[in-house]
Formats: sequence, structure tokens, C-alpha cells
Amino acid sequence: MSEFNLSQALETNRSFVDKVIAESGQDIRQCYQCAKCSGGCPGTFAMDYLPNQIMRMLMLGMKEEVLKSQTIWVCMACNTCTTRCIRDIDVARVMDTLRQEAVKHGYTEKGRLVLIFNDVFLGTVRSYGRLFEAGLLMMNNMRTGNLMKDMQFGLPMMLKGKAKPFPHRIKGRKEIRKIFEETRRREGK
Amino acid sequence: MAKYAFYPGCSLETGGIEYGMSSHAVAEALGIEFLEVPDWNCCGASSAHMTDHLLSLALPARVLALAETLPVNEMVAPCAACHQRFAAVEYELQNEDLRRKVNSLLERPYTGKVRLRSYLDVFANPATLEEIRKKVKRSLKGLKVACYYGCLFVKPPKLVNFVDDPENPQAMDNIMRVLGAEPLPWPYKTECCGASLGMTREDACTKLCNDILKIAKDSGADCIVAACPLCQQNLDMRQITVEKKYGTQYRMPIPFFTQLIGLALGLDPKVLGFKKLFVDPVMVLRKVGAA
Ligand code: SF4
Ligand code: SF4
Ligand code: SF4
Repeated sequence: MSEFNLSQALETNRSFVDKVIAESGQDIRQCYQCAKCSGGCPGTFAMDYLPNQIMRMLMLGMKEEVLKSQTIWVCMACNTCTTRCIRDIDVARVMDTLRQEAVKHGYTEKGRLVLIFNDVFLGTVRSYGRLFEAGLLMMNNMRTGNLMKDMQFGLPMMLKGKAKPFPHRIKGRKEIRKIFEETRRREGK
Repeated sequence: MAKYAFYPGCSLETGGIEYGMSSHAVAEALGIEFLEVPDWNCCGASSAHMTDHLLSLALPARVLALAETLPVNEMVAPCAACHQRFAAVEYELQNEDLRRKVNSLLERPYTGKVRLRSYLDVFANPATLEEIRKKVKRSLKGLKVACYYGCLFVKPPKLVNFVDDPENPQAMDNIMRVLGAEPLPWPYKTECCGASLGMTREDACTKLCNDILKIAKDSGADCIVAACPLCQQNLDMRQITVEKKYGTQYRMPIPFFTQLIGLALGLDPKVLGFKKLFVDPVMVLRKVGAA
């Protein structure tokens, strides 16, 4: 790691830490660094920083490092950390906020696949009101360029009557569209 | 007669179709009434809460508001991921400001009149357990099961508001005992199976599945009992990939707990959707004399 000026980083990024605290509703300054969150986290083998390290880095104002980390995209939102935190911090919720902040600040490279998946998933919900799984699989593969991904599951799913070729459209689609448009507008996206 | 609003969620009509089939068959046999929420929409699952907080509350709030049009006091969602999203709405919309904000996006306001009930508790509460005990026709004696709760049905406890131990839950174990089966003590009851990484980090997902399957096998389980369509599909369908990658041969059936209740109640395995499982459950059926 290159040289790092801690006090300077703290100063310039203080507003970022405050923002994460406000957005997540979690006071990360309460963290004791007991590392219980990391001890139970099932994703650490694929992470670059442990969850408690992310918390510490946040407190130190290491905005870029946190937002560029692999960790926030590996986190599966399983809530083990939240359940076990001795300081009652919803760590999983902080991870949600960090993913959203990473998108806002343009750090999307490591999260590319997750972001495409979420976008396609929500795209089907926005159009039909419900998830359209077959469409999700196809569109996801097209956008990631991995055309054959999970195709071996397609036929067996079909044969078991588990894959529907057409989406179910709910009646309240207009209301759903409004929910999507309004939440996006309020976020200023 | 117990009566609940029923929220199937997207996967009960697709990947988890046997969960829906067995749920309805078992409910009928036990005199439980499920009323489907009219015109329900997807809860948004983890994709919504990873993307936008307000969106992740508004989508499930619309469903709860629709459930309020039914003559019920409680709603259940068999999918653990859906359940957790509804729990988040109940918890967070106690905040008046947030509730007003969310309601301004909906056609029908959410008032909190219909409360969320854990789907496991529908069967694991003492009265229903007693009812099941009286109606068991085909005991599952001799069947060793590893009850798998996944991460979201019992975690985080503050949110899901379901009285069970988040580290060592007992609801499903208690149901299995009443059916005559032997629930094994095993350490991976609530470990994450990585289903949400299935499309994005398959390598990681495969490893997590392998861990769970291996520990269950080593614990002597005949099958892993699931309570969530996402975990079930992940552990069932992905077993081909897992076995190839790790050179193992688990061939571990992953039935839903409702399928096993139905079996014990003497219902036809066909009605319970046993044929829909990917890993052939014939060993399980044979062991209890149902095949
Ligand atoms: S929610 Fe994320 S960070 Fe927390 S334990 Fe699960 S995978 Fe790890
Ligand atoms: S468990 Fe809580 S207090 Fe302990 S290190 Fe993790 S976030 Fe900090
Ligand atoms: S969690 Fe999955 S299956 Fe359950 S409603 Fe939400 S998207 Fe649909």
C-alpha cells in the first residue's frame, strides 16, 4: 500500500462518513472492532477486506478504498453480521448503503455483474409487476456477454414445469411504474 | 379455523412450485385457510434493497396494503427472502415520516392492520403441532433430517420478530419431531447458501453449497429439509455443479418441510410435488414406506 495521510483523509472525507451514517441510520462510530461480524461472515473467503475492516476504514475516512472494495459486492446480505454485532449496528444495512454510494460515485467496475443482475431483475418487475425468471436469465446473459451461463438448467426447469416462457402481468402495473419513477426521482437519479 | 393472507412470491409459481403445491395440500388437510393477496407484486428481493431504500419498502408495502382488503389479521410469505422484506416494512414504517413517504407512492395506503406471521410458525405453534400429531398417518420414523433454515427466516431477530433462536432455531426441528422424524443437531442450520450470488459469483455460491451439503452428509442426514424456495433451488439444482467441481457424490434430496408434513399426513407424494425435485427423493420415500 502506498503512503497514506490519515489526518488529511479524515478531514476531506468526514462528510462522506456522516453521509453513510445518515443514509444507513447506523452509527458506525459505535463499532468496537471486536470482529464478531467478520468471524461469522460466510463471504470472507472471497473478500479483499473483512467486514470489521470496512467499518474501521469508514471511520478513518478511507472513502475510495471502501467504495472500490470487492467486499461490498461479495456481501450476500445474509444478516449474520447484523445479528451478531455486539454494538447493535446493522452491518448488512451499511453494506447496502455502501453499494449505493459506490454507484453514485461511479465505482462500479467490481460490481458490474451484481449491478447488471439487479438492474435486469428490477427491470422485469418494473415492466410486469413480478419477476420474469426466464427473461431475467436471457437478458442477464446478453448484457454480461456470457450467453451460455446456466443454460444447462433451462431445459430441466422447463421439463419440471418450473420455467414459464411468458411473464405474468399484474393489473397494477401503472402503480408499480409510478413507484419506480418516483423513487428514482427522489434519489435524484 | 386459522386464516391467513397468503403471499406466494414469484418463486412459488416457478422454481419452488412444489413448495406451493405441498403448502396448499397440507393446509387443506389441517383446516388452515390461505387467501391469496389479490394482484400481488414482487417484493423486489435483495435487488431492491441493494439499489434503493425507498423502493425496497414501497414494493412490499403495496402488497401489505392489498392484504388489508382481505378478512384476515395476519399474512404469511413462504419465501424467506420475501418474508424478510415484509418484516422490514413492518419494522421501518413504525416511523411516521417514512410511512407517509412510502404511502405517498401507493394507491392504497399501508396502515399496519395486517401483521406478518412467520410461515414456520403457522405450523410450529403448539396448537397446530397438536393438530398435526393427531393426524399423522404415516410416521417418518427412521428418517434423519437436517433442518436448514437459511439466513433470512430467523435473521436478524430484531427485524423478523419471530421467537426462535437465530443461531440454533427449533421451529422446523419441532415439526419434524411431531412427524416422527429425527432432526439432527448440525452446525449449518442458518449458514448462507449464497443463492444471491448464483448469477454473479458462481464460484463462491458453489463453495457455500458444498459446505452445507458436506456437513449435512457428514452429520448423517438422509435429506436436507428446506423452508425457502431460493435456498431449496440452490441446493437442489446446483448439486450437479457442486458434485462436478468438488468430485463428490452427495445425491442429497432437498424436500420442503411442507412436503414432509404432507407425507406424514398420508397425502399422495404426487400431490405434494415430490416429482418436481431435482435430486430424486426416492430413498426418502422408500424409508417411510411411501414408495
Ligand atoms: S451480510 Fe454480508 S457482510 Fe454481513 S455476514 Fe452476510 S455476507 Fe458477510
Ligand atoms: S461486530 Fe459490530 S462492533 Fe464488532 S467489529 Fe463488527 S461492526 Fe464492529
Ligand atoms: S424474494 Fe424472490 S421470489 Fe420472493 S417475491 Fe421477492 S423476488 Fe419474488
